[in-house]
Amino acid sequence: MHEITPDNPILRPEARKGRLPGRLNKWHYASGALALLVAIPLLVVFSGWLQPDTEIWSHLAETLLNQLFINTIKLVIGVGLGVTLLGVTLAWLTTRCDFPGRGLFDWMLMLPLAIPAYVMAFVAIGLLDFSGPVQTALRSWLGVGHYWFPEIRSTGGVIAVMVLVLYPYVYMLARTAFLTQGRSTLEAAQTLGYGPLEVFRRVALPMARPAIVAGTSLALMETLADFGTVATFNYDTFTTAIYKAWFGFFSLQTASQLASLLLLFVFISLMTERATRRRAQYHDTMRSGKPTRFILHGWRGWSITAALSLLFAIAFLIPFIQLCLWAMESISEEFDSRYFGLLYHTLLLGLLAALLTSACALVLGFARRYQRDRLTAFTVNIANLGYALPGSVLAVGIMIALTQSDHFFHRLTGLLGYNTTGQILGGSVFALLIAYVIRFMAVAHGPVETGLSRIRYSLPEAARTLGARPREILTRIYLPLIRPGLLTAMLLVLVDTMKEMPATLLMRPFGWDTLAVRIYEMTSEGEWERAALPAITLVLVGLLPVILLVRKTLQDR
Amino acid sequence: MDLLLEINDLHCGYDDQPVVNGLTLHVTQGNLVSLLGPSGCGKTTVLRAIAGFQTVRAGEIRLNGKVVSSPHIRIPPEQRNLGMVFQDYALFPHLTVTENIAFGLRHHSATARQKTVDRLLELIGMEGYGQRYPTELSGGQQQRIAVARALAPEPTLLLLDEPFSNLDVELRERLAIDVRDMLHAQNATAIFVTHDQHEAFVMGERIGVMNEGHLLQWETPFNLYHEPADRFVADFIGKGSFLRGEMSTSDTVTTELGRITGNRAYPWPEGTPVDILLRPDDVMIVDESPIRATVTDRAFKGADTLYTLKLSNGMEMLSLMPSRYDYLIGSEIGIEIDIDHFILFPVEPIA
Repeated sequence: MHEITPDNPILRPEARKGRLPGRLNKWHYASGALALLVAIPLLVVFSGWLQPDTEIWSHLAETLLNQLFINTIKLVIGVGLGVTLLGVTLAWLTTRCDFPGRGLFDWMLMLPLAIPAYVMAFVAIGLLDFSGPVQTALRSWLGVGHYWFPEIRSTGGVIAVMVLVLYPYVYMLARTAFLTQGRSTLEAAQTLGYGPLEVFRRVALPMARPAIVAGTSLALMETLADFGTVATFNYDTFTTAIYKAWFGFFSLQTASQLASLLLLFVFISLMTERATRRRAQYHDTMRSGKPTRFILHGWRGWSITAALSLLFAIAFLIPFIQLCLWAMESISEEFDSRYFGLLYHTLLLGLLAALLTSACALVLGFARRYQRDRLTAFTVNIANLGYALPGSVLAVGIMIALTQSDHFFHRLTGLLGYNTTGQILGGSVFALLIAYVIRFMAVAHGPVETGLSRIRYSLPEAARTLGARPREILTRIYLPLIRPGLLTAMLLVLVDTMKEMPATLLMRPFGWDTLAVRIYEMTSEGEWERAALPAITLVLVGLLPVILLVRKTLQDR
Repeated sequence: MDLLLEINDLHCGYDDQPVVNGLTLHVTQGNLVSLLGPSGCGKTTVLRAIAGFQTVRAGEIRLNGKVVSSPHIRIPPEQRNLGMVFQDYALFPHLTVTENIAFGLRHHSATARQKTVDRLLELIGMEGYGQRYPTELSGGQQQRIAVARALAPEPTLLLLDEPFSNLDVELRERLAIDVRDMLHAQNATAIFVTHDQHEAFVMGERIGVMNEGHLLQWETPFNLYHEPADRFVADFIGKGSFLRGEMSTSDTVTTELGRITGNRAYPWPEGTPVDILLRPDDVMIVDESPIRATVTDRAFKGADTLYTLKLSNGMEMLSLMPSRYDYLIGSEIGIEIDIDHFILFPVEPIA
């Protein structure tokens, strides 16, 4: 029994929701600083238009720009449609129908999330290219020229690979949405004369729409941010163009102009999501038990089982086995001290990023908890925007900003009579860590926020009346209670950082190669076997958060 | 008499919304007092201001004579040596019962800590529960642990914020008595906030009735019931009805049921319209009385039965009679009015 009165502990913070703050305090400054951290690279990227590198830009505009737009649009539409159709269908099958093996597929269908898209890309090409084992086998059976095989290095190929690794976003969110729909709503539709498919189309689907749109939007953010997959397929998009402008023309200005165009796509996608979602989520206010499943008997059930098995094989099992085989082939030459060096740098960067990002997320969480005013809501939202910013865009923005600050520092020391040159912050591990923190802040913020929201305001207050000082409240109440959330946050950031490719590739200091960088180098030379060992390492690491997710979803099943 | 707590002209609020308006309240050492009022009346805000969680806009709060809260001074809660029992108990879920109770005993040796914990577990009748976690306990047990935890550091003043509201009705009254006896055994001073008058009557030697941020009356339970200071208190505390009439002399009112004379005089002029407070025990069913009424409802309460009566003019009143008398719904009976405490309220405010 909770009434909304001034006595209600839910509204405990004295500054009330939805107002501007009366006086600024440390939480405003902290969340403001983190918001600036995200905003500065963004502004820097857009300011690239102020001093364009006209010569290179007009060259690009003549030769490449059209193609970049067309390729990106094709990719976004193809992947968007693909993940939505596949994800929603799978979610509906596992939540609303029953067929042999349903309980297994329920969680196995999430596993492809563990495979980085760029890994899937090189496995697909390695397997299905003209010289790959599949076509070689076909040739030896049927003879050269007597069979037709789709060209894997094509727009369709890129889209297929991305759909296979990104559909789980839609699948998971739609699955939860379908599971939380109450029985009576659906039964009401049935009593009004609708069959199973019509109930799905006219009731279940519209009710789940906000979740589906959110899932598709997440998948599209990944698509736009992707560099490794499109690079492997030689499919030119803005991320590959940024890479070429940076390392081919050494023009950060051009890179920033390209980055701002990519951001345009990101913002359009985000706007579309907001517009499509309109009002929050539809909740079934009266939860009325789990809906009954449509039981698919006989051949119908088994054909669904067969189709899902095939999908699981293509999206996870075959790539996984192929990676293991390649890794075995190359293990004698690859499993050496260089591999451990790569692993060490990858882990070190991941751990540093995990610690830093989780600490920042904790600060944001506390700011939001203690300051419920509009300013804090705004700054926290800005600080969490990074998940939508592609790594290559962040890299460009941060590098330009830090190079400028280095110049400023050199001028300052010059005035003081010292001579310093070269990069200080630009091109350092510090710069790379900033990129990770910005990019993965939202990833860490989720579990931290969930953990904090479960701590009632009365707990720290009780501790205070028992004489505990603020520092003790942090160490004796908050930290023990949010430890699970904090650990989840750190694990998620660790894994995402280890898999991150574009920002690492662009910003890594000399000698800081990671597993992802190695995969890029090997695949760009077509050495699939030698990319397999780092790739299988990343897949195994990537399985950890997926296992966490699976465990959580099995609990609320 | 040592004044332990003094609240002088306290004002609190959120944004532009005032919640406490000029409240003054004094509590002496060893007293158990209650703040009673409907939800949203500001009683919890007063408690939070005493604890130091709520800023004060005007006025002051003194503990042992020292100002702890004023618009300029705000001693933090952890330095006030107050105990607080929260509505949701606020037990630390990651700590055992023993660790919860010992949480505030920071400057004690391990043996002294254990001794205090053991003594309190015995006091609340929960020996042997020390190694359990809060989630393994029932609501009533969690509630007792919360009281024990608050008592452990021997606070100068214990604040209880609706501590029984999450329990079921039967448990509530029994626990209220238990907690009162525990506090007495510790010679503790306590302020108890509730919206339930029965709890307030059990816990409070004195009760402050609050409404809309004002303290309306500060009295013993007996006097609150029998001598309410205003219409809100009369209505909020206990059951009853009002009988409309006009002053005829200073201690007599003329009503449709005849002239009613009371045990005290009021200074209002003849003809002033007034309402007489009729408690159910002021209305007696007397078969031969000329004032006739019909029984419209009855609630059997064991020793007594509470009747709802309807007079021929449509007026309703309550009557509490020993249950050896038994009147059925629909039967016509006679009533007599016999008022011990003659409480009148003017119908219109008197300037």
